[in-house]
Amino acid sequence: MSLALRPARKGERLGLWARVLRLNWALLLLVAAIAAVGFLMLFSVAGGSLEPWARPQMLRFAVGFAGLLIVAMIDIRFWKAVSPLVYAGALALVAAVEFVGVTGMGAQRWIALGPIRLQPSEVMKVALVLALAAYYAWLPPEKVSRPFWLLPPLILILTPMALVLMQPDLGTAILLAAGGAGVMFLAGVSLWYFAAGAAGAAGLVSLVFASRGTEWQLLKDYQFRRIETFLDPSQDPLGAGYHITQSTIALGSGGFSGRGFMEGTQSRLNFLPEKHTDFIFTTLAEEFGFIGAGSLLALYALVLVFGFASMASNRDRFGSLLTGGLTLTFFLYFAVNVGMVVGLMPVVGVPLPLVSYGGSAMLVLLFAFGLIQSAHIHRRS
Amino acid sequence: MSRFSFRKDASRPGAPPRISRRGALLLGAQAAVMGALFWRLKALQIDSADEYLLMAEENRINVRLLPPARGEIFDRKGRPLALNRQNYRVVLVREQAGDVEAVLDELARLIDIPPHQRSRALREIRSKSAFVPVTVAENLDWETFARVNANAPALPGVTPEVGLSRHYPEGEKLGHVLGYVARFAEIDKDREDADDPLFQIPDFHIGKNGVERALEPVLRGSAGASRIEVNAVGRVIREIDRKPGAPGADIGLTIDLDLQRYALRRMEGESAATVVMEIESGDILALASTPGFDPNKFVTGISQAEWTTLLEDEYRPLANKAVSGQYPPGSTFKMIVALAALEAGVAGPGETVFCNGGYKLGDRIFHCWKRGGHGHVNLKESIKSSCDVYFYEMARRVGVDRVSEMAVRFGLGPAPALEMTAVRDGIAPTRAWKLARHGESWQLGDTLNVGIGQGYVLSSPLQLAVMTARLGGDGRMVAPRLVRTVGGRPAPAPEPAPLGVSAAHLRLVREGMFAVSSEPGGTAWRSRIADEAMLMAGKTGTSQVRRITMAERARGVTRNEDLPWNRRDHALFVAFAPWEQPRYAIATVVEHGGGGSRAAAPIARDIMMRALYGGEPPLRAYPPEERREIEERREQERLTPDDAAETPRNRA
Repeated sequence: MSLALRPARKGERLGLWARVLRLNWALLLLVAAIAAVGFLMLFSVAGGSLEPWARPQMLRFAVGFAGLLIVAMIDIRFWKAVSPLVYAGALALVAAVEFVGVTGMGAQRWIALGPIRLQPSEVMKVALVLALAAYYAWLPPEKVSRPFWLLPPLILILTPMALVLMQPDLGTAILLAAGGAGVMFLAGVSLWYFAAGAAGAAGLVSLVFASRGTEWQLLKDYQFRRIETFLDPSQDPLGAGYHITQSTIALGSGGFSGRGFMEGTQSRLNFLPEKHTDFIFTTLAEEFGFIGAGSLLALYALVLVFGFASMASNRDRFGSLLTGGLTLTFFLYFAVNVGMVVGLMPVVGVPLPLVSYGGSAMLVLLFAFGLIQSAHIHRRS
Repeated sequence: MSRFSFRKDASRPGAPPRISRRGALLLGAQAAVMGALFWRLKALQIDSADEYLLMAEENRINVRLLPPARGEIFDRKGRPLALNRQNYRVVLVREQAGDVEAVLDELARLIDIPPHQRSRALREIRSKSAFVPVTVAENLDWETFARVNANAPALPGVTPEVGLSRHYPEGEKLGHVLGYVARFAEIDKDREDADDPLFQIPDFHIGKNGVERALEPVLRGSAGASRIEVNAVGRVIREIDRKPGAPGADIGLTIDLDLQRYALRRMEGESAATVVMEIESGDILALASTPGFDPNKFVTGISQAEWTTLLEDEYRPLANKAVSGQYPPGSTFKMIVALAALEAGVAGPGETVFCNGGYKLGDRIFHCWKRGGHGHVNLKESIKSSCDVYFYEMARRVGVDRVSEMAVRFGLGPAPALEMTAVRDGIAPTRAWKLARHGESWQLGDTLNVGIGQGYVLSSPLQLAVMTARLGGDGRMVAPRLVRTVGGRPAPAPEPAPLGVSAAHLRLVREGMFAVSSEPGGTAWRSRIADEAMLMAGKTGTSQVRRITMAERARGVTRNEDLPWNRRDHALFVAFAPWEQPRYAIATVVEHGGGGSRAAAPIARDIMMRALYGGEPPLRAYPPEERREIEERREQERLTPDDAAETPRNRA
């Protein structure tokens, strides 16, 4: 083994070539492979054309991938040092969206930065993990479960959650909470707190529902109806229910080996909603069947495994927590998206990571993978 | 420390602990979720694949949208203005038809398919998916429909259907007010409600104009759905369940159909507009603009030739002049100038101005319409005889900004809200407005022009009616409304705010208006209502549409009759009645009609009388000199009952 492949010692500075050699090549290839699946599907849903989706998506990926490599080359200690700034910046963006944001596609809010339409809540998902990882890397391990030291991370999580809820975007708020809770879990916060948190949330939900029809009703009637549709889309057969029905048919009709590339009737005939964004997994499953859909899921699973391996082998607490938290965020993205498309979860607007058409999520995810690579390159063992 | 918290690595004291145990737990949870996703994929794609493949192949539309019945529209007395009619039509599905041209030829032997309809259907068939039904012919009578039905086996892909289509029984009498519905088209994709699932229905009609457009959300209702099972050739096997949609709400308009019909008939042959308002409630009783167009033609799709004819008519039948026409209000604006001067305290009620036929400003002379001048005139006389010099003087004293402020209070600035489309704002110019709009500073000459309702001032007939209703009312900013009931419930009517004008000043101006049309010598004396109980107060206006050139000025004013039609003056008349207890306000504009007293006042008077008497007015309501002629005409009509003969057509 050459010198370059040995783990770095504390305080050691690596040369550029050494850093390139220490890249986590498996993860890098997986990211590119998943994105390539996305290009193929975008080409297919456009009826066999690079326009209007595949070409811009490839361009964006190229730019984002270059960004990933640059982020990876930068010392993880730099990212640790700037994590409070990144968090503050993201929080400012999320707050700014309240004032200058543009409503588009339901509740999602965008902010225009020149030609790019940025969704600050996407940035926040990564920034939150960064901030929490830095906090727990700084906090002496024996203090992790003391009630007082739980307050800062809770504030870090609840502030952006509250802002996102005001937009209102319940789905993203829940994902933020799950991502944040994941980092706290990895940092070793006592399980009793998680049990108490879960019990409290369940209690709050049942209290809200119990209040319905009484004098102290906590939500408006229409809000209750919205929640009902959220929980049971079949109550709204023309909106979300219609989409799920058509999506299920498309999936099922793909069968084991699929109907063939660009042969999916459900996709071709526009039965599928949002076929190039949130529902792109359906097209894949219709055209390439269980083999295609299962393979993509396997690629995702491999990302999780390599992410876990990188986390477990890293003695740098910040890098390790960061890798774990970002891998979890990535998992939440695709689990919620696939869960929605196969009808296991309510319809929420979450893209399929690295595959769905869209700039914001793609760039943020590639940045996140850049951070994971940086943590991997500058790991200690 | 809990035993679940992380493990100290005993082998290397002081080194940060690994977090692999918690990580492993989390990975396990993720693996469980992945397992669930795989299990679900397997269930869908392997276990039930055949079932779903069948659904995808044969059950292509398994949720069928049921279009709601559109809300119907009625007048204030419940007479129908827009209805849904059973529409027998024939649709064609490309993938079942095979050779579309051949099937169409076969079909054309049974029913009449005009060439433009055929080419439109072919275009639509080509642009849509193969399985989407496209309407080939509609509005068939029952016999034709039955013939297609009987021959259906010989016509692959052709299905006879019964749907609802919009029908406007009054035709062009309410075309401008109601607007029309038409197919949801490409350009409608920008609408705020374009994601309504109803728009997936081929042939779904939406409001494009007028009340149909403005009240679209109320009229449309929401879609129902029926889940149906169909076999491989698309035949419905059974309906699994059905969720009825909500029909759109019926609308009761404030329009009085009788009055609307009469107003249109009375203005026939002119390019004109009239708005009649009930002063107390703000109800629009008539909103008429001539010539009109038949909205029914737009529902099925208008032919290119008809469309071109409508577009090229110089009388602009497609424009609703009552709300979108912008005219200099001319002398009908003088009440506003008078009120502004009175309120500002720069004019006294008895104070007189001497008119010698012109008003000198620097080296320019602003003429009064009466060349010889009016002599000494006070406020009331100046309105009665419409003396321009008096108002040049008052406008100069009070200044344009205060005149404009008064105009806005009377509804002449921004247009009042109305459940319509194409309602345009008027212009109540100020100094700041001219600087912003034209980049020039305000001149005193501009102020004088505004004083007689010329120059930059522009108003629509609707705005003039609102102004008159506020002049005739009890000092409140009565707002116009077009909708009385929605879904059988009365539409909310907000309490109007006070005008903030002194009642004494308002009375002075009204007395001037009374003199115009109810005292000998008033400019509208010839078009008075003679019935003591129904006396009318009004104001004539004649507004120039062109600048008078220096050459013309030197020659003397050119007679209107000598000009081409589109350069003649607009004729205006506004009025309220009865004098004692004003109930109705009216504003009439006759485009290029000439003088207001000659062209607009007689029309407005006749329409006003219809409103006052709720039908044909008694003879005693007419001035004695007219009665003979009226009587003779009525006699003639009884012999030849033809509605159109009642009014003389006086287009020059």
